[in-house]
Amino acid sequence: MRPLAADPAHETFILNVGPQHPATHGALRVKLTMDGEYIVEAEPVLGYIHRMHEKMGENRSYPQFMPNTGRLDYLSALCYNHGYAGVVERAAGIEVPERAEYIRVVTVELNRISSHLLWLGAFVLDLGGFTPLLYVMDDREQILDLLESVTGSRLTYCYFRFGGVYNDIDDDFIVGARNFVKRMREKLPMYHNLVSKNIILRQRLEGIGVISPEMCRKYGATGPVARGSGIAYDVRKQEPYSVYSELNFDIPVYEQGDSMARYLVRLDEIEQSLRIVEQGLDKMPEGPVMAAKVPKAVKPPKGDYYFAAEAARGAFGVRLVSDGTTTPYRLKLRSPSFSNVSLFGEAARGLLLADALALFGSLDLVIPEIDR
Amino acid sequence: MKSTAVKQALSSLALRVEECDYAARGYHLNVTIPPEQVVAAAEILDRENFFLEAVTGVDWLGEQEALAKEAAKAAAAAKKAAAEAAKKAAESGEPPPEQPVAPAATPAEPVEDSFEVVYDFNHYPQLCRVVIRTRVPRHTPQLPTISQVYPGANWHERETHDFFGIVFEGHPDLSPFLLPEDADFHPLRKDYQP
Repeated sequence: MRPLAADPAHETFILNVGPQHPATHGALRVKLTMDGEYIVEAEPVLGYIHRMHEKMGENRSYPQFMPNTGRLDYLSALCYNHGYAGVVERAAGIEVPERAEYIRVVTVELNRISSHLLWLGAFVLDLGGFTPLLYVMDDREQILDLLESVTGSRLTYCYFRFGGVYNDIDDDFIVGARNFVKRMREKLPMYHNLVSKNIILRQRLEGIGVISPEMCRKYGATGPVARGSGIAYDVRKQEPYSVYSELNFDIPVYEQGDSMARYLVRLDEIEQSLRIVEQGLDKMPEGPVMAAKVPKAVKPPKGDYYFAAEAARGAFGVRLVSDGTTTPYRLKLRSPSFSNVSLFGEAARGLLLADALALFGSLDLVIPEIDR
Repeated sequence: MKSTAVKQALSSLALRVEECDYAARGYHLNVTIPPEQVVAAAEILDRENFFLEAVTGVDWLGEQEALAKEAAKAAAAAKKAAAEAAKKAAESGEPPPEQPVAPAATPAEPVEDSFEVVYDFNHYPQLCRVVIRTRVPRHTPQLPTISQVYPGANWHERETHDFFGIVFEGHPDLSPFLLPEDADFHPLRKDYQP
């Protein structure tokens, strides 16, 4: 007889969460071993939205893979466009005009805000607060309208091209973006009053689900998860790509490592992204939005290349192995949430089930990006 | 500089360590090690406070054949050049240049193709991307796991096992992860037929 069952006080049972569960935001399943209300063991079970994007990459030409990148993390699709365009441009030695880089940064940051806003609504909804979701949908709608006017789509963008962007921005976009920055600046204190200062929310998040910096390092966590644990790591600052080195912004870092810290990091990041959008619009130079000479069939020289971009959830890395043909030989997509959720099993040990779901929400998971 | 310190620490177990042009490649240090040294390498990087970004594989099916073809082509070109030089020398009445002793035509032993396993490491405070590479033969793709050093490697290795069938010895659970639970195929192998 197992030693646990010998003592009825220590009897455990298995609880299944998902794959269809409102708190998992997609199809993720978690197998929990419970001791009463407390979690003894938590094991995420992945693969319900696995589409094998990496194999698709080996079966189509370089430009044909661009739409796939928008379907990894559908909430910050432009960040993923940027990562893939970046690796191919690095490999093939394509120079991007400055105006295109600024347009990229402005649209990516708008996309990041929209991603954080939806996370905010969904996260508070997980904890039982319905109202913020309606507010964030209103604000997010403004961004989707703006991005739709330049990219042509509202969610799964395929806007970047090797050597630039598909479409130049117009005056309407600039005016709209400036209006949005102003509007969002006025709205942010409202979110803090409504959500951050809410005593019920604070008690559900403060000191709950603490992730230590050492745990972050052992599991390779990046993005707001690492920054909520006191690690000032952001790809935009540490290895500045595009024109991020010319823009002035801060990396919000909180030391506590609890769910509240991760919450505050994302809210502060909205403000920083607004700063980037504002500066990007101010500094936007005139000029072309596509490099003059981009070959129709991109053929990067043989070799192995890596490029990382900061997505809304952390560092998105692409490893490209080229054999000199028009098709990638191997395309590895390193998605941030995959590493971030891998520490869930350790972080959730000993938590109450309800607190574990708060921790889960604070990791900001997008399942198609984990499963790829 | 971080990469110099790491380079020194890793050089004892590496077959080859090269510093790369970061702007062109996207990483600083490219380290090739034998498969039995991956745990030692991971321990060194762990001591230096690196974090693990990803583990993945590359299937180099057909590489040896391509290399052999290339070598044969080069040999043929060299032979042709030598013959031409001899002809030219004969025409100008000079004594023919000494023929280079052709290497004994040993029937080339078929070298097996391999899987490459790639580990990406990075450092939070100081930018230093280290790529650890190792090769395992395709018919016995086995190497030790590093999941006891980096618990985050557990999932990455499991995914690599899914996609390539590379076995990480000592790994706690290599059951299908992203693939269906009864999957017995490895889709990123170049000879995979759906």
